[in-house]
Formats: sequence, structure tokens, C-alpha cells
Amino acid sequence: MEPFRTLSAVAAPLPSANVDTDQIIPARFLWKARRDGFADTLFSDLRSGRDGGTFVLDRPEFAHARILVAERNFGCGSSREHAVWALWDGGIRAVVAPSFGDIFYNNALKNGLLPVVLPPERVAALLEILSARPGSIVTIDLAAQTVTGPDGHADRFEIDPLRKECLLEGLDDIDLTLRYRDRMEAFEREHDRRHPWL
Amino acid sequence: MGTPRTLFDKIWSAHAIVEREDGSTLLHVDRHLIHDVAGVIIGELAERGLPVRRPDRTFAVPDHYAPTTGRAGPDPLSASPHAGHIRALEAGARETGMTLFALDDIRQGIVHVIGPEQGITQPGTVLVCGDSHTATHGALGALAFGIGASEIAHVLATQALWQKKPRTMRVTIDGALAPGVQSKDVILALIGKIGAAGGTGHVIEYAGSLIRSLSVEARLTICNMSIEAGARAGMISPDETTFAYLEGRPFAPKGEHWEAALAHWRRLPTDEGARFDRELTLDASSIAPMVTWGTSPEAALPITGRVPDPAEVADRERRTDMVHALEYMGLTPGTRLDAIAIDRVFIGSCTNSRIEDLRAAARVVDGRRSVVPAMVVPGSGLVKAQAEAEGLDRIFRDAGFEWRDAGCSMCVGMNGDLVASGERCASTSNRNFVGRQGRGARTHLVSPTMAAAAAVTGRLTDVRRLLQGGA
Ligand code: SF4
Repeated sequence: MEPFRTLSAVAAPLPSANVDTDQIIPARFLWKARRDGFADTLFSDLRSGRDGGTFVLDRPEFAHARILVAERNFGCGSSREHAVWALWDGGIRAVVAPSFGDIFYNNALKNGLLPVVLPPERVAALLEILSARPGSIVTIDLAAQTVTGPDGHADRFEIDPLRKECLLEGLDDIDLTLRYRDRMEAFEREHDRRHPWL
Repeated sequence: MGTPRTLFDKIWSAHAIVEREDGSTLLHVDRHLIHDVAGVIIGELAERGLPVRRPDRTFAVPDHYAPTTGRAGPDPLSASPHAGHIRALEAGARETGMTLFALDDIRQGIVHVIGPEQGITQPGTVLVCGDSHTATHGALGALAFGIGASEIAHVLATQALWQKKPRTMRVTIDGALAPGVQSKDVILALIGKIGAAGGTGHVIEYAGSLIRSLSVEARLTICNMSIEAGARAGMISPDETTFAYLEGRPFAPKGEHWEAALAHWRRLPTDEGARFDRELTLDASSIAPMVTWGTSPEAALPITGRVPDPAEVADRERRTDMVHALEYMGLTPGTRLDAIAIDRVFIGSCTNSRIEDLRAAARVVDGRRSVVPAMVVPGSGLVKAQAEAEGLDRIFRDAGFEWRDAGCSMCVGMNGDLVASGERCASTSNRNFVGRQGRGARTHLVSPTMAAAAAVTGRLTDVRRLLQGGA
């Protein structure tokens, strides 16, 4: 897994709530293997210009966006990890929103994509600045747990310490768990003995 | 006796291997179900040199990519562009020694239908699957939740999973359902009430006299859509209904093991006086047949209602969402819901494809004709065979429905069973998201009887009107 430390990058505003995983990557693309890459399927149905406009990530100012800022409940819906892969392959390394779908949030962390929860009013303020000044830079410092907007205003965010450690070191979950191999085996022997019908 | 505990607490503490100071818990997994979307993961794990730790606890079945026609032929996968996924799953399962329900096995079906049907799903177990509707299995008193692809690899390699302890919420539903109202309406009404994020971070236990009176199949429908309420899992304390359902199923305990299991299961239900982080109640008798009008399951209203008007919504963000949803759905505010003409009907998915669902739908269809294209996709080969033994297939076929083989089918369209762009589908599935059933597809979520009623009238219809005088 690629470690995440600090990121200073163009942030793209996506002022919608409930952006579900079917929007991030429609189900019809899930047949592809991870190694094939999903960049071209990211937000596929939105990119067709539903409102006659151009989708934010297709605008030249946001061609190098690495951060996405969205409204509440980002990544709700289906548990597909492909949603995270599509964002990752599309260059996104962090998403800032007031809240996330539970499974998406966890999937993101496991793949080195940082989901940042900020209060709704701070997200609203960021969205406003990013729309008014397209192409401006946001900085995320994971060790310090801060997001600094183009206005210089820094916000602290919370993250689970275990997740933070894994992200900073680029450790994958299986590596981490296998450190507990002895306890796992002892637990299993006892559990199997007490539930022989399983 | 110690402090009263919830069903959830009992299962959680019995499976915690390691608890870190930061609150992460390594949970032992009793049952790991995998389906064809995850087939490639078995191979990727082998490439990393990691063996499958407990093939005896792992059960594999192809469902998402399963073709629902032409399965009787010599090579049912020859026409499928996704044959590779099904073959990868079947080969991986065979090589590693997992239990496999292959495409040509009559027991094959949607993973969340066959787990309970085979007795693999049992009270008190931790059950996971790489699919958000794993919540379904909680209806039997299991702690069951969906996991992502890296977690699937993790469980295959370690038979354990890191989790943060979720909060608990009890939804008590007392009273009886009015005629024509099904458990699908109950869960849609709940989601309509608390919203699509209303259960976020929680495991919901459903309780109350209504829940106690429901069959296991009806309970499965309710737990299935817990995820649409934002919850991590849904569960129901096991009772005599649960035990009677499980007894004699192929993977259920037998003989003296059955007695031991039963004694263990009887200690699982939530103790009197146990505390939940949140409590909610719902009056069953007030629930009407429901239908969704928008692109989130929370956009659910009684069929007697009208398409809502964004102008009446104060919150700017909600208003914008509603305008987009109505535009996508091609609906005008104020339209009576039962005046909305539909183009297609789908009866299937892990929400509503079990035998009771098909029986209920067939009762409405019997002696009538579908006026739009409609199809029934049984949840498993065994459900299909049972329905055929009861003559339900004849009722559906005579009414002009297509009678398909088991799989996820039009719930998600990954096998090619898609709703065309702009088409309006009354569907017994669980998600009405933009593009869920196909690009531009418009989905109205309904119960099996409401889907049947829509098929025979060509519009969203209050099934109670068809039942009056008839059944
Ligand atoms: S039927 Fe639909 S919701 Fe259920 S497992 Fe299949 S795709 Fe998922």
C-alpha cells in the first residue's frame, strides 16, 4: 500500500449530497480486474453531461485534482470497493465531506485513500472557495490531522489511530493481523471446541 | 446474573480475539460467504503466497454474473462476457476446498438466499460476505455484515476481521399488518421515516410483536434492507420460529449437536432490560403498501400519496436533491403515485425472491395478465423447483411473465439483465439509485404483491384494490 503523509493538491468541489457508489462507478464496470484500472469509469454516468454542463473533473482547472470535496453521506450505497479504486485510479487521494457511507469510509482507509470528516459549515465554506477560485490548493497533513484551505484556515480532523499508523507506514491489514497469529490460533481452538456444530 | 446484554453484545464478545486500546477489535469469523465478484481474490491471494485459512468455513456461489436464461444447454456460459468470473470462483473454490454451489448445482442461487436456505446461516455466528446485503442473515440471529474486497482477502487469509464496535439501535414494531401489506412495506416505511443515513454507525435489532409474528422469510426481507437505512447490520433475536426454520436444513447441526446448539441459541436473545444506544418504535397497523418515487430508498411513500413538491422543502440541499431525483425519474410534483405508468416489472433479488414472495405475487397474478414485460427470477434453484412443484411457474407464464433461472439479475444488471434507459421499472429489489438497474433506468421499489399488481395494471397500483373481492 502507498503511504499517505502530506498532500498539497488541487481540490475539486462536488457540491452534492449522497453521492453513492453507483455514481462513483456504475455496476456495469465491476467485471474488470483490479489491475486493469478503473480511471476511465470514474463518475462515468455523470461525465456524460447530464445537465448539459461539464463534470467538474473534466474541467481543465481540475485536471490535476487529487482531493475531492463533497457534501454529506459521500460513498453511500453498495459496498463495492471498486468505488475507492476508481477514485484512486482517477488520481484522487483524499475526499473531504461532512459524513461518509460506513463501508466506503473503511474501504477507503484500507486502500490508502484518506476520507476526511469536517463539520458541514467548514465543508460548505471550502466548497464556496473552490468554486469561486477553481484550481486552488488544499493541504492535508495526516500526522498533524489538519486540512488547510486556500484561505489559510486550518481544521483538525479525527482519525482512528490504528488506521493512521497503517496509512503513514503504508502497512496492509493482513501484515498487521498476522502479528497476532498465536492469539488467533488459541482463540480458534477454544471456539471450535465450544461450538462443535459449526 | 450479570448485567442484561443485547443479542449483539453476546455475539460480539464471544468473537473478540484481540481488543486494541483504540477500540479496534479483531473478530473471529464463523461463516464466510463469497460470490463471483470476489472470485479473482482467491487467485490474487495465492499469488501473494497466502493460503485460505479455513476453507471449511468458506462457502462459494456464483450469483451476480449468473445468466438467468439458457442454463440448461451444454455450455451455459458460452454466451456470457463474464464467464471468467464464474470460472475463477468455481476453480478457486475447488482448488482450496471450500464448499461450492456451482452454476449447474440446483442449490445455486443468490448468496443471501442460499445461506439461510442451506442452514449455513445460524444464530450466534459472525457471518461476513463481500456484499452490503449480508445484513439479510441477521434475521436468524447472526451478526452479519458486508465487507469490501481487501477485507475478503483478509478473512480468507486470517478467518478474522478488524472492526470498530458499532452502536446499537432497537426498532420495536408492535401491532399487526393490514391485509395486503408485506414486510417489504415495513422496512420501506422505516427507511422513509429515519432516512437513508438514519442508522449510520449502528446495528439495528428489530423487535416487537410484529417481528415475533413474522416468518423467517419475511424477517429476512426486513434485515436485508437495514443497509438502505444506513445501518451496518440488522438482526432479530432467535426464537422458536427461527429454530423450526433451521431444523433439518443440510448445514444445520444434527443429532446431539442440534441439542447442544439449541441450548446455546436459547441463551442468545436480548435480555430483558438490556440497553441500546437508540430506541425507536413503529406502529405496524399504520403501515400502507409503499412505493419509492425517487433515487434513494428513503424516497418512500404510501401508494395512496402523491409525488412530493420540492417547493415545499425548506432545506436547500434536500430541495436540490429532490429536483434532481424528479428530473431523473421523469416525474411531476403532485402526480398521484397510483397514476404512474410503468414499462416493466422485476420480481427477484435477495430482498424478495424466496418462495413466500413468489406465492404472494402469484396470488395477485393468478387469472390475470401482465400488460408490460415482466419477469420472475427465483432466489435459488431450490426456490425455483419448489415454485414449479406448486404450479406457480404456470401462473406466471400464463400471465405472460418470463420465468428465469436463479441469480441477482435485474437487481444490479451485472449479468446483462438491464432496464433500458428511460424505462420505468416496478422492482422488488432494494436499490433505486441512479443507474442501478441500467443507465437511465427508473426504479420504483415495491413489495412482491405490489409488483404483481403493477404488472397486471401497467401502473403503480394499490394492491389492496385487487385483493378486495378476490383473494
Ligand atoms: S440480489 Fe442485488 S442486492 Fe442482492 S446480492 Fe444480488 S446484487 Fe446484491
